[in-house]
This record gives sequence, structure tokens and C-alpha cells, in this order.
Amino acid sequence: MSLNAALIRKDFPIFERTIRGQNRLIYLDSGATSQKPNAVIDAEANFYRRNNAAVHRGAHQLAEEATEAYEGARLVVANFLGAQEDEIIFTKSATESLNLLAYSMGSAPKGSRFYLGDGDRIVVTEMEHHANLIPWQQLAQRTGAQLSWFNVGADGRLDLSNIASIIKEDTKVVALTHQSNVLGTINPLDAIVARAHEVGAVVILDACQSVPHMSIDVARIGVDFLAFSGHKSLGPTGVGVLWGRAELLDELPPFLFGGSMISSATMTDATWAPVPRKFEAGVPNMAQAVGLGAALEYLEDIGLENIHAHEIALTGRLIEGLLRIEGVKIFGPTDLEMRGGVVAFTVDDLHPHDIGQYLDSIGIAVRTGHHCAWPLNKKFGVNATVRASIYLYNDETDIDALIEGVRGAKKYFGDR
Amino acid sequence: MQLDNLYQEVILDHYKRPEYKGLSLTSDVQVHHINPSCGDELTVNLSLDDGAVVLSWEGAGCSISMASASMMASLLTGKTLDEAAIVVDAFVSLMQSKGTQSGDETVLEDAVAFAGVSKYPARIKCALLGWMAFKDAAVQVQGK
Repeated sequence: MSLNAALIRKDFPIFERTIRGQNRLIYLDSGATSQKPNAVIDAEANFYRRNNAAVHRGAHQLAEEATEAYEGARLVVANFLGAQEDEIIFTKSATESLNLLAYSMGSAPKGSRFYLGDGDRIVVTEMEHHANLIPWQQLAQRTGAQLSWFNVGADGRLDLSNIASIIKEDTKVVALTHQSNVLGTINPLDAIVARAHEVGAVVILDACQSVPHMSIDVARIGVDFLAFSGHKSLGPTGVGVLWGRAELLDELPPFLFGGSMISSATMTDATWAPVPRKFEAGVPNMAQAVGLGAALEYLEDIGLENIHAHEIALTGRLIEGLLRIEGVKIFGPTDLEMRGGVVAFTVDDLHPHDIGQYLDSIGIAVRTGHHCAWPLNKKFGVNATVRASIYLYNDETDIDALIEGVRGAKKYFGDR
Repeated sequence: MQLDNLYQEVILDHYKRPEYKGLSLTSDVQVHHINPSCGDELTVNLSLDDGAVVLSWEGAGCSISMASASMMASLLTGKTLDEAAIVVDAFVSLMQSKGTQSGDETVLEDAVAFAGVSKYPARIKCALLGWMAFKDAAVQVQGK
């Protein structure tokens, strides 16, 4: 079954507007943030209109309804990931989720399985987005732990030829991206998870580019923690998710302290509420969580397998069309095996910023720059690329317009 | 096309045939500036020859940043630091004008072509890269 993207776009009010004059919006920047269907906008707005009260506090009807709505959203997220309800923590973003883990591990006492010192190792990859690199790099600096990483090959895939030589016996944390936000590469997890668990390390998955686009079952992939953001999954900004295995979250120290997360408190000490409340200090981003629940239900209705198949077909069309243009270089795999709908490219020595500006003038939104992955860009010898990212509301006319647009940019800035 | 207001002919000219490009072997000061958000990089050599500005540069980046660096070098070469400062201030002010100014041609000469940039906030830093680098170099050369 192929998606009717034009019909889907009718659910998204932003597609009614025009860009730079009379151009229709061709939105190919969902990797940065996704557009929102009415169902999500209404869910969030209606929470404020009808059910708004502070959750978990208060015995009045509004508080009950608000709590039911918020916890209902938590259940939707849990089901979406194949996880237990109490393993779902609402944060403000995936970046915060990853920082939560880094800070909490950093404050784990000696004797805790999360304690990190100068005999320990953290493993990441060369293709990480800064959100899943900088927290670990800084944690290594603070604790004296070693930072190692898997290299990326010219084909845009991780060099997994000798996993055991990277994930050594002293490794406590392996943090990696499920799908690269630049290369589109989907990383195979089985061997990495197996080796990590063999040496007693936890595996942390940056699933920002995967969860919104494909079916995920945390039990099946076997990782220990996973982070994704609401705003990249058709959900509101200001809400993210951290999933973690129950026994790990139980042992992990809190990150933010305050109301809601305590079980008892005196002037000099406190004990913690059980998970997930332990990690949800303060009045939460309730309306945003409700919006996220609506977003995931919207995606489920269409079917993640259908969405993924739709995106892969368009990705194939885009790669094929781009490679027919002289001077185009694609960064990342050009085959569709273990590859998602994100395509980064350059055109001769035209600067991506200029290509992006030209595309913008005809209504096409892409991202240009380093995409929050400096080391990856440096590895490929570029300061910047153009990145198109595909989602359920894109169709063949969008892809064809982008390809034509790239030809047009070549002409516009032509013969240097 | 709206885009032509941004990429005026003289800008594309400076991009395709940049002036004062290629670093001099020696200089009184050298500065290196980057736009972290988009990866434009620029190195500028500045010397004072009997009080007159001597410039050369090298860099990689978008057409706006490179053309602006070329334009900057072309306009400021031969001026005194005080004369150059007037042109720099006028250019910075034009960039911050949000499309309300078209620039004083008697001061900015060809650089008025960059007036369109002020309507594209994402490109203002590109246009300013070379000029900020000059300002930095000018401060340093006065310290010598």
C-alpha cells in the first residue's frame, strides 16, 4: 500500500501557505523538525481548553482529567516502543534525555554499575549528532574515563570489522545513533548490543531519526536506553522521551531535583519517588505530552511500515535523480539497504548555503550546513552539505522538484 | 526573480572573479574567522604601508561570504584605518537595516549591492564575515 501524501498533507495546515511568493511548500527538512497535523495541534490546544490542571496534584476533577490525559499519553508512547509504561520518562527533548543519562551516570556513587572513573571507557561513533557526542565527551573529561569510537567508512557505514577491539572489557557505556541524521545510514545493532552486554556495558540509542519513521520494539533491538524527540515525530516542541529498562532506571540517580520526584523530604535530605516520577521533577510539559500521544496515534493509524516503505521509495528516487546530475556527490550509502530517508549532498564547489537559498526561492526547504555533526563533516572533508530529509507528507513531485531545483541552482551560479 | 535582489550581478562577479584573493607572504597581522553555523572560513592578512591599508585573503564559503570578502578588500585597500572604519560602519549598518536601507553609494560604492542581504537574516553573518575579520585585524594592527 502506498501512501497518498497529497491527501495526508491536507491534515497539516502549514501546507496551505505559500513560500517566497506563490510557491507551494515543499518541506524536506523533517530531520530538523516535522510538521504537525491538526490532530496534534488540537490535542495540545484542547488540553488547555478543557482539561488543564497540574497533574498528580489535587483531588479535583480537572486534576484527575489532566492526570488521565498525561498518563494516557505515557501509555501510548510505551505501546509505540513495545515498552512498559513506567519505563517511559517525559523530558523536554532527546537532547535533554541524553544529557539526563550523562549527568545521572556522572553522579552515580562508587559501587553503582553506572560509576565511571579513569579505568572505564565510553564508546560512541564518528557519525553521532552532537547531542549524542558532546555529553559523553564531557562526561569522559569530568570522570577521567576513556572515550573511544567506531569509525565511519567512505561508504557511510560504521567499520564493524572488529567490534571487540573498540568495545573493550573496560567499556561501561556504548552510545550510538540508530540512523544518522546526515548519512541516512541505519546502524545494525545486534552485534554491538551483544558485545556491549558481554562486557557489562549499557547501550544507549539515539533514535531521533528512526522512531518517527519505522516500527521499533525495544525488547527486540535489545538496547538499554533510547531517546527520541516529540517534535521530529509530528509532536509538539518541548517534549522528548527517554526509555530505559526498569531495573536500570531504578538504580540511576536523579538528574533534576524538585517537586514530584521525591518520596519524602526534610531540610537536609530526601528520598526519591519511583520511576518515572523520579526523573520528572516539577509540573511536567503536560499539554506537550498529550500532543505527542496524539502524534504517535496518528502515525500508528497510517502504519509505520507503510511510512517507512513510502520513504524508502522516495529516497531511491532522490538518490537516482541526484546521481544523474553531473558534479553531485552524495555523502552516505547510495544503496537502500539499511538506509533511511535522509540524503546529504554537495554540487561541485557550489556552497550548500547558496544551493539552499536557491531552493528556498522556489519553495523547497532543506537544511544546509554541518547538521550538528562537525566531526562527521570533517571526516568527509566538507564544512557543509545540503540535506534533504523525507517524511510521510512528501511525494514524488516533491522529489522531482528538488532534483530540478538542484539543476537550476547549478545554472544560476553557473560556470565559475 | 526575488533571488536576484540577493544575488546581484556584481556579487556573483566578485564570487567568480574574487579580488585580493591569495595570502601575501608576510603581513603585520593575520586573523582567522569562521561562521560556525554554516562553515564559512576566512583568513585575512592586514598590513599598513605608510598608514595605508594593504589586504589579502583566503577562504572557503558561500558566494555571499566570499564576494563580500572580495568587495571589502577592494574597497578598503589604500585607505587609512580611520577612512576604512567609516566604510565598515556603513556596511554593518546596512546589514542590520532589515531591508529598510539601500546604502550610501558615495561611502559604500559597489557594496550597496549587498543591501538585499539584510532581508535574509540567515545570510547577514555571511556578508559580515570579511568585514568583522577586518575590524579584528585593524584593532590588532593598532596594538602593534
